[in-house]
This record gives sequence, C-alpha cells and structure tokens, in this order.
Amino acid sequence: MVNTSVTLSGLTLTNPVIPASGTFGYGVEFAQVYDINCLGSFSFKGTTREPRFGNEPPRIAETASGMLNAVGLQNPGIDKVISEELPRLRKVFHKPVVANISGFSIDEYAECCGRIDREEGVGLIEVNISCPNVHNGGMSFGTSPQAAAEVTRAVKAVTTKPVYMKLSPNVTDIAAIARACEDAGADGISLINTLMGMRIDLRRRAPVIRNVTGGLSGPAVFPVALRMVWQVFEAVKVPIIGMGGVSSAEDVIEMMLAGATAVEVGAANLVDPLASKKIVEELPQVMERLHIEKLTDIIGGAHHG
Amino acid sequence: MFDGRFEVVSNRPIAKNTFEMVLSGDTEGIRPGQFVDLRLEGFYLRRPISVCDFAPGRLTLIYKVVGRGTARMAELAPGAVIDVLTGLGNGYDTAPSGDGPLLIGGGAGVPPLYALAKALLAEGKRPTVILGFNARDEVFYEEEFKALGLEVLVTTADGSYGIRGFVTDAMDLSYTYFYACGPEPMLKAVYAKSVTSGQFSLEERMGCGFGACMGCTCKTKTGHKRVCKDGPVFRKEELPW
Ligand SMILES: Cc1cc2nc3c(=O)[nH]c(=O)nc-3n(C[C@H](O)[C@H](O)[C@H](O)COP(=O)(O)OP(=O)(O)OC[C@H]3O[C@@H](n4cnc5c(N)ncnc54)[C@H](O)[C@@H]3O)c2cc1C
Ligand SMILES: Cc1cc2nc3c(=O)[nH]c(=O)nc-3n(C[C@H](O)[C@H](O)[C@H](O)COP(=O)(O)O)c2cc1C
Ligand code: FES
Repeated sequence: MVNTSVTLSGLTLTNPVIPASGTFGYGVEFAQVYDINCLGSFSFKGTTREPRFGNEPPRIAETASGMLNAVGLQNPGIDKVISEELPRLRKVFHKPVVANISGFSIDEYAECCGRIDREEGVGLIEVNISCPNVHNGGMSFGTSPQAAAEVTRAVKAVTTKPVYMKLSPNVTDIAAIARACEDAGADGISLINTLMGMRIDLRRRAPVIRNVTGGLSGPAVFPVALRMVWQVFEAVKVPIIGMGGVSSAEDVIEMMLAGATAVEVGAANLVDPLASKKIVEELPQVMERLHIEKLTDIIGGAHHG
Repeated sequence: MFDGRFEVVSNRPIAKNTFEMVLSGDTEGIRPGQFVDLRLEGFYLRRPISVCDFAPGRLTLIYKVVGRGTARMAELAPGAVIDVLTGLGNGYDTAPSGDGPLLIGGGAGVPPLYALAKALLAEGKRPTVILGFNARDEVFYEEEFKALGLEVLVTTADGSYGIRGFVTDAMDLSYTYFYACGPEPMLKAVYAKSVTSGQFSLEERMGCGFGACMGCTCKTKTGHKRVCKDGPVFRKEELPW
C-alpha cells in the first residue's frame, strides 16, 4: 500500500489533489456526480467583500489545449458565502476546505480573510493576489514584491489558519514575489493563476472575449507552471501548492518533483467533471509503477545539488 | 448531469451546412429543452447542442456547421463513440402552455422545439409551429413537424420559400403561450411582438456546461443566472429586455 497523504502547514490531506478555485464552485455541482470526499480538499470560488457580477459575456474562449476565461470574480460576496454557501458546502464535503479570497484593497483582503478564518471547516486560506489594486492605478498586487508583502502582512495579522499566497504568473521574477511573501509571514505559496491572453474572432474581426483579455489555463500552461513551481521551490522554504494544466496523476507527480507539496486541478474539472476523482484514483497505481511508496518522499525530488 | 458514451448511428446532411446526428446511448432523465455537451477529439472545450429528439437509448441532435468543432462533428461516421454529458440545463416547463401554444424557431434554434412539440402533444395540447430561415436551402424539419400533425408556417428572409420575412411576420394569429429559440435578435423581436407570456432558450459561450465556472452568466430581473444550469430556458417575465 502506497501512502498518498501530504501535510500543508499542519493540515494533513489524505491525498494532494485539490480542485482549483473557480473551477469547482462551492462543490455542489460535482457532489451530484461523485462523492467529493475522496479529494484531498478543494479551493472554493474566489470570494470578495461585495457581491460581484463579474465581466460582461462572452467570458470564455477556446485555445489549443486550453481555454481563456474572463469571469471577473463573479461571486455572491462574503456575507452570502458564509451564510449560504458554506452551510451547503459542509453538507457535501466533510474535510477542511481551502478558502480562496480576493480583494481590490489591502483592507478588503484583511476583512475577508479575518472573517473566513473564523469559519468552521476552513482549513487553509488561499489569497489570490492577481487582482488589480484600486488604490494604485489598478496594478495587480501580485506583480510587485512590496504589494504582495503588504497583503501578506495584513492578512497574517488577522488570521490564525495557514495563509497561502496565490501568485500571478504574469511577472518577470516569480521567485522575488514568492520570497517577499515568505518574508512577510506567508505559511505557503500557491501558484500559478492564469496567464493573460486573448483570441480574435476572424469573422467579426473583434476579440472573442468581451473583456478583450482573459486568463489562459489548461494543459497549454503546464510547462510554464512547472517551471515557476521549480523556481519558487529554490527560492523559499515554505510549502508550495502547484497548479496549472494538471490533468493526470502523472502531472501531479511531475508537479511534486518540481517542488509542490499539494497540487490543484483547475480547467480539467470543467471539461471532465470526473477529472479530479480519476486523478485521485489513478495516483496509487502510478506511484506503484514509479516505485514511490510515500508521496512526501518526492517533493522537490527533481532538484539535485 | 450524466456522463455517458454514445455511438453515432447516423449523421446526415438535411439542409445547407446542417446535419442530423442520431446517437445511441443512455438517455435516462433527458427532458425537452435541455442540452448535451459533446467532447470532440482535438478540442479542449465541449460543444453544447440542444436535445432535438430522444427515446430510450436514442438521441437526435441537429447542428449547423459554423466552425471547426461542428465541422469535426460532421466528419463523424456511424460507429464512432463520443463522450457526451447529458441532462444539462432546466428544460421547458409545459405546464403554463395552454391548449394552443406557438413554437417559434430560427435556424439552429429550431431543434429543441421538436422534442417540445412531442411533449406538448402527449399532454393533449396542439401547438402551431413557426420556423424561420434565411433561404430555401436552409429549411429543415418542416416535414417532421407536419408528420406530428401540426400546422407549420415557414418564413425565409429572402422570400425564396414560404412567407417572406422573419418569424415575427408569421405571428399574427391567436395563441395561448409561446416558446422561442433562435439568435438573440430574433428572440428580442419575438419578445417585443408577443401578446402572451412565454419562454425563451438562450445561448452563451460555455466553459463547463454544468454550473461550475460562471462562464455563461446572464442578467435577469431575478438576479444573475447561469445559462447552462439555471437556463437555458428563461421565462419572458425574467428577461430584462
Ligand atoms: C445551450 C445551447 C444549445 C445549442 N444548441 C444548438 C443546436 O441544437 N444546434 C446548433 O447547430 N447549435 C447549437 N448551439 C450552438 C453551438 O454550441 C455552436 O454552434 C458550436 O459550439 C460551435 O462550435 P464550433 O467549434 O463549430 O465553432 P467555433 O466558433 O470554432 O467555436 C469556438 C468556441 O466557441 C463556442 N461557440 C461558438 N459559437 C457558439 C454559440 N453560438 N453558442 C455557444 N458557444 C459557441 C464553441 O463551443 C467553442 O468553444 C447551442 C449552444 C448552446 C449554448
Ligand atoms: C473559469 C475559471 C475561474 C477561475 N477563478 C479563479 C478565482 O476565482 N480565484 C483564483 O484564485 N483563481 C481562479 N482561477 C484560476 C485557477 O484556480 C488556476 O489557478 C488556473 O486555472 C490554473 O490551473 P489550470 O490550468 O489547472 O486551470 C480560475 C480559473 C478558471 C479556468
Ligand atoms: S458554463 Fe460553466 S457555469 Fe455555465
């Protein structure tokens, strides 16, 4: 029997497979097709202080081996998430969940994280810093080490649960951002969010997505994500949740060899609602085939010297 | 939602760039007005297509070739096996239809009205059908609706067949309720002209098709709704047109 369990800052998961924020809602749609308690955990839809409609449609475009999305953080706002979504979620998922929080100001991050920290069933807080800072000309928090550190400090000051900063890949030096978060007290790093891209409709001679740009995800981004997890592993000591294009148990192993302690699965859930379940089920067989007894043994295992 | 494997039984052209595909597989739980989502080799996202007709073990779809995915569908030969999500969306509510509802379809919006017509007939109701197309060579399913014993009015924008004009030019008759599916400008014209309550099938680009990604959100008078899960069928009173 192989051992698939991993530990993120004291939180032990039976396996490292975590559906990624924005691709799993609050779990209920998937709970209708399988028992989602087989998952290590899951990260719920990015939550903000106010309810948000998000961007005007169309919000989705297809790409080679992937997709673009410009959902624009549509969510019911933290009040409703706490009063309606979490009670529903607890009925279908009985393990600690990853709370994904977004914000447009330092205050908003701190307020939302502080509130979600007190919720039963939240095991870890994942702070999405790919959002534009409304107080700084809309520059994304995740593109500057100073801003990323500022968010980290503000969130850490008001929380007790592990805080993982979720990084944007749309930067020149991902390691510098990760280091700034670690120095500011982050318990871990989560990466990558989507890569900015676009498509043009040839017939209309206009962008497919109304918002013009959208975030690229899916297998197309896997090598980029893997490279960034690798670089961040060399730069920080805290655990890493790796994601970006993961679609199979082999991809999970590859992410872990690059340095991830746990792995999120995003777009794959959208094209195959059973994707995460299949990965959980295939993992032990793939481990046996690769002579891996304990999954924790391989974290960062491809870094030699 | 069900994740099933379907086998292509037949796949034939029925009008210009328009194909009818019959599939065999588990159709348990499918309702008129719902859609299915097809996974095609070489394409990352699935393709949503309305349920045109269904019987135990048998599913009929009609699709128009508009891009590479639907072109790939047209190449599928009998015996090909595809991964299909079924039971998606809310479907039509036949309860408020009255005895003589209108079914109004435009182009690739015609297919779901066929399963609806059958369901209404089974409830002892007698719908009248208006089918709108651009030109004669695009007309399909007129005979199939007639074979159900229904009155069918066909309009073509260029006047090459049936009534010249749009579906709204054939709407001057009495009806108890309506169901409309087609391109958005057509739906809005029907909305403006209709004198009763009714239901509209909407379309939006989709990520998942089953309510998880918020890719297909539309605004309604009762809040933000997912076309794939809370729709694709919406009541006239819900739409902010
Ligand atoms: C609920 C629903 C039911 C539908 N039912 C039918 C039907 O019965 N018959 C039919 O012919 N067509 C139907 N459509 C439209 C059909 O989904 C598109 O024509 C098809 O996805 C186009 O794929 P493509 O690869 O050929 O085109 P491309 O333009 O190359 O597709 C690129 C991407 O855009 C998406 N896309 C393009 N056009 C549409 C559209 N109109 N709506 C949603 N997504 C789109 C594709 O799915 C794909 O992800 C329906 C759409 C929806 C949302
Ligand atoms: C439709 C969609 C919505 C997303 N919404 C969020 C979100 O609300 N918060 C967040 O941190 N990341 C969000 N993401 C990013 C994913 O969580 C993930 O980081 C990214 O998609 C890369 O993984 P993947 O290639 O496996 O999809 C979203 C991704 C998609 C496709
Ligand atoms: S397409 Fe994903 S929620 Fe509708």
